[in-house]
Amino acid sequence: MNPVNYLYLAALLFAIGASGVLVRRNAIVVFMCVELMLNACNLALVTFSRMHGNLDGQIVAFFTMVVAAAEVVVGLAIIVSLFRSRHSASVDDASLMKL
Amino acid sequence: MNALAAATTTSTGEAIQFWILGTVAVIGALSTVLLKRAVHSALSLAGTMIVLAVFYLANGAYFLGIVQIVVYTGAIMMLFLFVVMLVGVTAADSLKETIKGQRWLALGCGLGFGILLIAGIGNASLSTFEGLGAANAAHGGNIEGLANLIFTKYVFAFEITGALLITATVGAMVLTHRERTERAKTQREMSEERVRGKHLPPLPAPGVYARHNAVDIPGLLPDGTPSELTVMQTLRRRGQIRDVSQQSLADLKALEQRSGERLGREDADAVARGAQSPSAAENSEAAK
Amino acid sequence: MENLIALLVAAPLLGAAVLLCGGRRLDKTGHWLGTVLAGASFVVGLILFTDMLGKDPENRALHQHLFSWIPVEGFQADIAFQLDQLSMTFVLLITGVGTLIHIYSIGYMEHDERRRRFFGYLNLFLAAMLILVIADNYLLLYVGWEGVGLASFLLIGFWQHKPTAATAAKKAFLVNRVGDMGLSIAIMLMFTTFGTFAFGPVLESAGETSQGKLTAIGLMLLLAACGKSAQVPLQSWLGDAMEGPTPVSALIHAATMVTAGVYLIVRSGAIFNAAPDAQLVVVIVGAVTLIFGAIVGCAKDDIKKALAGSTMSQIGYMILAAGLGPIGYIFAIMHLVTHGFFKAGLFLGAGSVMHGMNDEVDMRKYGGLRKYMPVTFVTFGLGYLAIIGFPGLSGFFSKDKIIEAAFAKGGAEGWILGSVALLGAAITAFYMTRVMLMTFFGEKRWQPDAEGHEPHPHESPKSMTVPMIVLAFGSVFAGGFFAIGDRFVNWLEPVTGYDHGHSPLSAATVTGATVVALVVGVGIAWAMYGRKPVPLVAPRGSVLTRAARRDLLQDDFNHVVLVRGGEHLTRSLVYVDHSLVDGVVNGTAASVGGLSGRLRRMQNGYARTYAVSMFGGTAVVIAATLLMRAV
Repeated sequence: MNPVNYLYLAALLFAIGASGVLVRRNAIVVFMCVELMLNACNLALVTFSRMHGNLDGQIVAFFTMVVAAAEVVVGLAIIVSLFRSRHSASVDDASLMKL
Repeated sequence: MNALAAATTTSTGEAIQFWILGTVAVIGALSTVLLKRAVHSALSLAGTMIVLAVFYLANGAYFLGIVQIVVYTGAIMMLFLFVVMLVGVTAADSLKETIKGQRWLALGCGLGFGILLIAGIGNASLSTFEGLGAANAAHGGNIEGLANLIFTKYVFAFEITGALLITATVGAMVLTHRERTERAKTQREMSEERVRGKHLPPLPAPGVYARHNAVDIPGLLPDGTPSELTVMQTLRRRGQIRDVSQQSLADLKALEQRSGERLGREDADAVARGAQSPSAAENSEAAK
Repeated sequence: MENLIALLVAAPLLGAAVLLCGGRRLDKTGHWLGTVLAGASFVVGLILFTDMLGKDPENRALHQHLFSWIPVEGFQADIAFQLDQLSMTFVLLITGVGTLIHIYSIGYMEHDERRRRFFGYLNLFLAAMLILVIADNYLLLYVGWEGVGLASFLLIGFWQHKPTAATAAKKAFLVNRVGDMGLSIAIMLMFTTFGTFAFGPVLESAGETSQGKLTAIGLMLLLAACGKSAQVPLQSWLGDAMEGPTPVSALIHAATMVTAGVYLIVRSGAIFNAAPDAQLVVVIVGAVTLIFGAIVGCAKDDIKKALAGSTMSQIGYMILAAGLGPIGYIFAIMHLVTHGFFKAGLFLGAGSVMHGMNDEVDMRKYGGLRKYMPVTFVTFGLGYLAIIGFPGLSGFFSKDKIIEAAFAKGGAEGWILGSVALLGAAITAFYMTRVMLMTFFGEKRWQPDAEGHEPHPHESPKSMTVPMIVLAFGSVFAGGFFAIGDRFVNWLEPVTGYDHGHSPLSAATVTGATVVALVVGVGIAWAMYGRKPVPLVAPRGSVLTRAARRDLLQDDFNHVVLVRGGEHLTRSLVYVDHSLVDGVVNGTAASVGGLSGRLRRMQNGYARTYAVSMFGGTAVVIAATLLMRAV
């Protein structure tokens, strides 16, 4: 087996995650799907690292994890405050941008 | 880079592991998207993440594999679960689409994107790979190698990431913190308020049913009507009150029926009904 | 002496400013102030006149340069005055008659609560009219020209509560705009032709310019004169202008403002002399208006409108004379002055009659008034004799001279013009006799009005009769004073030039013919109105009479040709605008709007929808990248 299969898997996971972001309305689930997309990327990066024989890919994946952690903290805080004001975690309820 | 280190295939064991765990990962991802309850989604995602951690390890990224389990599966997913609890663990999402055409568009985009990515990867010339053996060994191990890069080549990015984390922490606190705008009530004021208010005794307890934990079931007043006061505020706001005002009547009826069956009182019941109806007729005539 | 010229204008201008801005506290004294300032202007005019008389006839003109108005490279507009014999004549006429009419108005407007404003407007008119006649360039003349137009508008519509007065004011203003356009175009043409519009340079170099340009300028000046002097085809406003108070009719629409056109043509004599085609048109306009106004005057039962028709006709005489060239200029001005006296007198008389008759204007409801208002009767009668050209009175001399000059034009033109002028004299005699007979002779025909108030005809107060008497003196003696010994000819000759012409008829023959025409006109009128009682309701009359009652269908003509035509044009333009222009504009707007409406649906506010577009966009970018790679 060639490690390129990991890349195919990463692409598949990424597409699933992206579709989930678009389809789901519960903000938490949407957020999980975003995490899924990030993880898919990480998998690709790690695979690249192995293919090219250097560690830079892993470094980037590591930074991605850190940033994801920060993002999760802020995002969940937003969801909590949104829920407090609207009593709902649906992303469609925050649709004040329409005419 | 040593040309000899290049390989074209991995070991058979890794291949078997990939095909099994890869399937699990895809199933986990799909369940994350498709399951109705947020908790289930979170658990599926955690499963996928663990699989990914295994893949990291298999790819020679030992440090990242561990970090994936500790940070992602351990910390972040737990954070998710906390929030799910906070927001309402029982609330199942309706999967019915409200925006016209959104589902098809999303599906089309997802499929198209996936196909594009896979086609792109397929077109790239990636038939051989280097392997991380040399890179990991250069500084005496995977962690040392990463540390070497982080504190030399990527030290600036590392510092900035630290600042980002701090900012995120402060941001989360600012977002979720609510400033008290009025003076906190003293104990004296609270007790005075209570004495002057409507409810001197503690609020009535929620009704308790033997069948299940019943914090969400309002207690019944002596006349049989449910009192919302008995249910805690949060549940009331979420609309998660279970209405059981008719439950006791239904139970009584069922009990009566069962005892009737048991005692063979079917006829007597019918007689009682027959005796009742003429009197009802008399009553109506008297009313006239 | 030159410095006094500005004072002529300054006095009434000051009066207008004070009266119009002064507010109610001047209500009690305002009319005196206005009258005194008008009188002051007249006194200044007299001083300048006596000074002028003392000089050599060739060097009598005075110039005063006040300041440069628009000093631009190649364009020099000055506020500068020129007072020569022609201007002097007008100054004396304007300030003299103006002062008399101010005095008259004190009595006439006594019961009007807006009397102060009225005097303010009168003073404004005097100032503007004086600017018009003493300007030394066409641009400043234009200022005065517009100023009198404004004053005329304000005064015709003075009783603005009457819709007829408001409409009449608007009509006068609008019709005058047509003429004003002519004057402004003429001035622009002058500037492009001569590079200046000061009288001196323009008139001196008039002979050296091409015929076409001069004709164009002349015709435009004539258009201006037609508008201001109510000549055919811009005559329709004058009859309606009688809605204004009678002193206004006397001053502005009889004696002074309406003669501004004559002044303009005589002043621009050099241009017309060099453009015979324009001159011919002037003569034709004058002749047509002469008959036109006279016919209208015959049919009107409204005393003021009858007099208005007469004014039109008399100004027709003047324009005709002015169109004759140097033969007629002086007589045009002479008739203008005498006409100023007797027509102002007639109007004041008419005002006096109305004053005594509860503002009744229908002559059929007068009759026999000579017993009730003797002074008015005598002064009006003298004015009447003057206007019909009774031998020895003012009108006789001035009109006779014009008829002579018309014959002296020579050739077929001379015969035709002379005959028309004679015919006009006969008709003048007819309609004025008619007015006289219907008003002062016969049985009394007035009746109680709707509320049962029977009019009590009475003589007017002194402030009204004195100006009438003074004007009557002018009507009687001015003509003789001017004509005997050719005084007026000698006086104006240095300015306008003079040419005897070659009359095919002797002066005595013409005079005889004039007298015969006069007798015929008076005789017919006597036969129609003197011998038989005048019916209270106007008889149906012939087609001509009915047409004349409607001002010879001039308004109908304007309505059919201009209003309807304009409406049709407007409607078709509106149609084009609606269907074509708006179609394109609205179509564009609607398509953009429709498209936006469709696009707007994409903006539904749902973050997920935006996410789809982002995601789709990303997919497209990746597809493009891959394609570029592949290619």
